[in-house]
Amino acid sequence: MTALLETPPQAEDRRTSAPSRPQRTLARILDALLTGAGKVVAIAVLLAVWEVAPKLGLVDSTFLPPFSTVLESWWDLALSGKLLDNTWASLVRSLSGFGLAVAAAVPLGLLIGWYKPVATLLSPLLEVFRNTAALALLPVFVLLLGIGETSKIAIVFYACTWPILLNTISAVRTVDPTLLRLARSMDLSGFRLFQKVILPSSVPTVFTGIRLAGALSILVLVAAEMVGAKAGLGYLINASQYNFAIPQMYAGIITLSAIGVLFNQVLVALERRFTSWRVPVGA
Amino acid sequence: MSAHIAFRGVSKRFEVKVRGSRQHTEFTAVDGIDLDVGRGEFVVLVGPSGCGKSTLLDLLGGLTAPSEGEILLDGRPITGPGLDRGTVFQQYALLPWRTAQGNVEFGLEATGVPRRRRAERAREFLDLVGLTGFEDRHPHQLSGGMRQRVAIARSLAYDPQVLLMDEPFAALDAQTRESLQDELLRIWQRTGKTVVFITHSIDEAVHLGQRVVVLTSRPGRVKEVVPIDLGDRTRQDDLRSSTEFARYRHRIWDLLHDEVSRAQLQEKEVVGA
Ligand SMILES: Nc1ncnc2c1ncn2[C@@H]1O[C@H](COP(=O)(O)OP(=O)(O)OP(=O)(O)O)[C@@H](O)[C@H]1O
Ligand SMILES: [Mg+2]
Repeated sequence: MTALLETPPQAEDRRTSAPSRPQRTLARILDALLTGAGKVVAIAVLLAVWEVAPKLGLVDSTFLPPFSTVLESWWDLALSGKLLDNTWASLVRSLSGFGLAVAAAVPLGLLIGWYKPVATLLSPLLEVFRNTAALALLPVFVLLLGIGETSKIAIVFYACTWPILLNTISAVRTVDPTLLRLARSMDLSGFRLFQKVILPSSVPTVFTGIRLAGALSILVLVAAEMVGAKAGLGYLINASQYNFAIPQMYAGIITLSAIGVLFNQVLVALERRFTSWRVPVGA
Repeated sequence: MSAHIAFRGVSKRFEVKVRGSRQHTEFTAVDGIDLDVGRGEFVVLVGPSGCGKSTLLDLLGGLTAPSEGEILLDGRPITGPGLDRGTVFQQYALLPWRTAQGNVEFGLEATGVPRRRRAERAREFLDLVGLTGFEDRHPHQLSGGMRQRVAIARSLAYDPQVLLMDEPFAALDAQTRESLQDELLRIWQRTGKTVVFITHSIDEAVHLGQRVVVLTSRPGRVKEVVPIDLGDRTRQDDLRSSTEFARYRHRIWDLLHDEVSRAQLQEKEVVGA
C-alpha cells in the first residue's frame, strides 16, 4: 500500500512512460520525412501526368499545354515583372480584406457571444447574411463602390467576416459548462471569467473560422478580379484566356494555388502554435 | 463542538414547466434539512439518485439559494459563492490549456497571492497530492486519477476552510479510486479541512466518513446519520475486510435499500404519467 502511495502516477498510468527523448525525436523525424515524401510523390505524379498527357495526345495540348510549357511561360512572366505586379495587387487586396475581417469579427463575435440579448437581437440578421453568398453580392459592391480597390477589399472583408464571426460566437457559447461552474464557485468576476476562461477556451474554434476565412479571401478576390479589374492574378488569368495565351493562364493558376497552399500553411502553423495544448503533438 | 456548517430547515424547490402547457409547478428537491457539521469533520452524504445531494452541495457552495431555511457557515448565512469553500467536481473541471501547475495557480490567482509565491505554492500542493514531476503536463497528458489530483490540489491551494466534493472519484477505476481515497484521508488529516463528500459507493462512504448522512428518496430529507468509528484509517491496510467495516456497510446498505426501491418506484410513476 505504501509503495502504491509513494509512486501513484506510475502505478496509474502507462501513457506517461513514453520512450526516451532521443528515440522519440528520431521517430518523429522519420515520420515527418515519410509523410513529407508522400506529399511530394503525390504532387510529382500529378505533374508527370500533366506533362505526359498532352504530349501523348491524350488531351488537346492547345487547351492543356504540357507542364514544362507552362513553367516556361511562368518564367517569362516572372522576368517581365508582370507576375510580381499582379500577385502583389492580389495579395494586398486579400490580406487587407482578411486582416480587417479578423480585426472586426473577432471582437464583435466575442461581444455577441457573451451578451445573450445582443445575440438574440442579431441572430436573424446573421442568419440572413450568412446565407447570402458573397459572390452574389458582387454586383452590389461594384455598384456602390465602383470597380476600384475599395470594392475588392470590401467584398473580401465581407466574405471573411462571416466564418470568423459565427465561429467566434459559437466558441463563446460552447465553453465547457463545468468550467463556468468552476469559475462561479470561485466567485470570479465577469471580467476575469472572460479573460481567463472564455477567451482561451475560444481560441481553437476562432482559429477554425480564421482558416476558413483565409481560403475564402483568395477565392472571392479572384472571382472579383475576373469580373472587373486592371491588375491581380484573377485579372491575369482571365485576360490570358481572353487573349488565348493559354500557358500564361495556367501559370497564373498555379501561382494562385501556390499562394493558397502557403497561406493555409501559415494559418495552420499559427493555429498549432496557439492550441498546442489541445491536440497531442504527433498524434 | 460548535457547528462549522449548519443547515437550518433547508428546503429547495425548483420551478418546472408542465409538459404541453405554459404552467409551472413546484418541484421539491430537498426538504427540511437539519444538519450540523463540525470544524474539521469529514461528512459523507449518500442517497438514491435524484434525492438532492448535488442540490445540497450547490446550496453550500452558494451557487443557488435555499427556498426555505438557511445555511450557516461559522454562524453567518451563506449568501453566495466564495473562496472559503473549495469545490472538486466529478468532471475535474481543469483548464485544458493550462499545465498542472497553471491549473493549481488558477485557484491562487483569484486570491491575490503574489505571482512568485503562486508558483511556489502550486508546486507545494502538487507535491502534496503526489504529482511532483508532472507540473508541466497538460490535462490531456494525465490520467483520470492524476487529473483529479490536480483538481484537489487546486482546491486546497487557495486554502478554503471547507472542501465540497461531488462524487469526485466516480469516473475512476477501482484501484485508482482506492488509492485516491487513502490519499484524500491523508490530506484531510494533514490539513484539517472540513470535508463534505458525496458518493454512490457505500464502501467509499464507510471508508472515508466520520459520519455518513443517509438521505431519503425525493424529496431529500435526512433519514439517519450514522457515525463511523474505525479508528485511524490511514494506519490500517486491510480496513475494508474487517468485520467492523462490514457491519457499517451492511447498516448503510439497509438504510439505503428501502429508499432506492422507493426512488425507482417514483421514477416509474413519472414515466408512466
Ligand atoms: N435547476 C434545476 N431545475 C429543476 N430541477 C432540478 C434542477 N436541479 C436539480 N433538479 C432536480 O432536483 C432533483 C435533485 O437533483 P440532484 O442533482 O441534487 O440529485 P442527486 O442526488 O445529486 O442525484 P445523483 O445522485 O443522480 O447525482 C432531481 O430530481 C433533479 O431533476
Ligand atoms: Mg448529483
